[in-house]
Amino acid sequence: MVFFSVPLGKLVRRVSRLRGGGSALPGLVVEKIDPGFMRRTLTTLPHGVAVVSGTNGKTTTTKMVVELLESQGLKVFTNRTGSNFTRGVAAALLGEVDWRGRLDADIAVLELDEAHAVHFVNSVPPRYCLLLNVLRDQLDRFGEIDKTAQLLQHIAAKTTGTVVLNREDPRVARIADTLTGQEVKYFGLDDSLLGTFPNDDDMRAAPGSPAPAGLPEKPAADVVLRKVGADSAEFEYDGGTVTTAMKLRGVYNIFNAAAAMTLARSICGGGAAAADHATLLEALSRVAPAFGRGESLTVDGQPLDLVLVKNPSGFRLGLKSFPAEGYATMIAINDNYADGRDMSWLWDVEFDSLRGGGVDVLTGSRAYDMALRLQYDDVRVGAVQTDISAALAAFIREGRDRPKRIFCTYTAMLAIRRELAKITTVEVVS
Amino acid sequence: MNPAEATAADGPSKGTIRVVQLYPRDMNIYGDWGNALVLKRRIDWHGYTPELLEYNVGDPFPEDVDIIVGGGGQDSGQLVIQDDLQARAGQLKELAEDGAPMLVICGLYQLFGRYFKTRTGAVIPGIGILDVETHGTDERLIGNVKVSTTEFGEVLGYENHSGQTTLGSGVQPLGTVAKGTGNNSNDGHEGARYRNIVASYLHGSLLPKNPAIADFLIRTAAERKFGSFSPGNPDDTYAVLAREHAARRPR
Repeated sequence: MVFFSVPLGKLVRRVSRLRGGGSALPGLVVEKIDPGFMRRTLTTLPHGVAVVSGTNGKTTTTKMVVELLESQGLKVFTNRTGSNFTRGVAAALLGEVDWRGRLDADIAVLELDEAHAVHFVNSVPPRYCLLLNVLRDQLDRFGEIDKTAQLLQHIAAKTTGTVVLNREDPRVARIADTLTGQEVKYFGLDDSLLGTFPNDDDMRAAPGSPAPAGLPEKPAADVVLRKVGADSAEFEYDGGTVTTAMKLRGVYNIFNAAAAMTLARSICGGGAAAADHATLLEALSRVAPAFGRGESLTVDGQPLDLVLVKNPSGFRLGLKSFPAEGYATMIAINDNYADGRDMSWLWDVEFDSLRGGGVDVLTGSRAYDMALRLQYDDVRVGAVQTDISAALAAFIREGRDRPKRIFCTYTAMLAIRRELAKITTVEVVS
Repeated sequence: MNPAEATAADGPSKGTIRVVQLYPRDMNIYGDWGNALVLKRRIDWHGYTPELLEYNVGDPFPEDVDIIVGGGGQDSGQLVIQDDLQARAGQLKELAEDGAPMLVICGLYQLFGRYFKTRTGAVIPGIGILDVETHGTDERLIGNVKVSTTEFGEVLGYENHSGQTTLGSGVQPLGTVAKGTGNNSNDGHEGARYRNIVASYLHGSLLPKNPAIADFLIRTAAERKFGSFSPGNPDDTYAVLAREHAARRPR
């Protein structure tokens, strides 16, 4: 049977691309006229669907999982950056299916926003899911962190095969207690690295204060990140440790590599492929950061790093992972819907590490909130310019002879990339 | 001068002002640390010596408290501190009646009241310092807020709560909502004032962009302790600009 929705959806996709429009519209159209399209298409995949969710790191982790599986010879369908809502998945599907609606893939690995994942899994129960973390992000959408954890729990409950959980995030790890039929696997972190991952619960606990009583013994993890070097990382799995080169930087990205390895190993172990460790590691060492997540570009012959910051934990990790010394620094804070409108979180980040060199330029709709925050941490501010284009031009002009780093919220990152695309080559994500 | 280079007033300290943060471990979800940090820095900028102490469940309660600051928490955090707070009710009430300045935000605002009745009808007792009561609802009030006050001018912040608070006759509202919802969806009031207590649903954090409230707490602490307050000269250039921009942002 030929479904008219597919040719029509493809047509909308072409037209909206010609107009330079958003990626979700064709998805919306096909959802409206053929609500069964996504479910019908995805349930035909021989190894099913894997969902990656959590508040932070979905995009890079999904990219890693895809590249790891591809290294094992699997054809993977994924929703590339930008639209991690259900209709974004439908839109991505339209681009990949043939005119009869068939998808040539072995498995789908999908990044899904926590709230939208709930709707998605009700319609398409995944065979695998990977739940990364519940950080204090998007409280303006969800109200409470505990509410976000419930959304992730629902994804796990709907999963038919293996649920991969972050052992180090108590709200994620606890999801295991609520599951009955599923296989549970964990990814974990060496105790020596825990200090670099202050979670939201101990953010304000006094140094050295005892852990809350009643914490259960940590379960064994499938893959544990043991050490992080400048360009390498050491992982432990199958009873041995291996050191591998890494292109990804930032402890949080490398921790998510342990998450991606655990999921990829589960999928391979589930019969999709014979996991070959040499090629898996080789693929892992070649993964480059996704779109704006620790991306390194070149401007005027100098490196320019983009570090996406969305919440206090992420910002603190970003500051820890990328030493300020020798760099010109810009911070771009927007409070559009996609960034979160609430600025409270800036007060839960310590900016002492920027005190030495100061911050050259502050920009974004909340540049003055950032300036005020830095004033209270005694960090010198060079210039404040709420207009991102003007600020970026000034930053590049003044920092001509220095490597540069920009910490930015999501929509600020999009604006900066648009500006940078005019003067340098930035990765194009379809 | 770059405001970030603002330093303590010259000369010897005018005295020590002790700030106690209530339950930072369990009641600190919306940047409440910002309020404590602002008090600490501004006490310094006014020429006094700040001492910032944390009080968590089970700690010995600090002596010679000059300012109390308490934040919001998730419902689960409120459950953790509930018994400990009841055990401290007497001391806190005595301090409040004696005119100690206090800032309580969101969760601790609710628990400083008479009770919090949840959606399911369970009643969590408060410590009754404030004549207010709170009822849980299914509606979550979230977004940027502007409040007109007679005492502190326009107050700017962000709200995120599902409990709705009604004021009794023993307290005054902090102000009238110009944008946002405030205490509840009915009367247009935001926050509560009683003696030297400022209670509010606004975080953001509240004090950085509302230095008038921070200075009120510091002034009343100094007057209570030393009999007078001699202000310094903090540079509020960025605070003024941040306020102007915040006031223009959508709900």
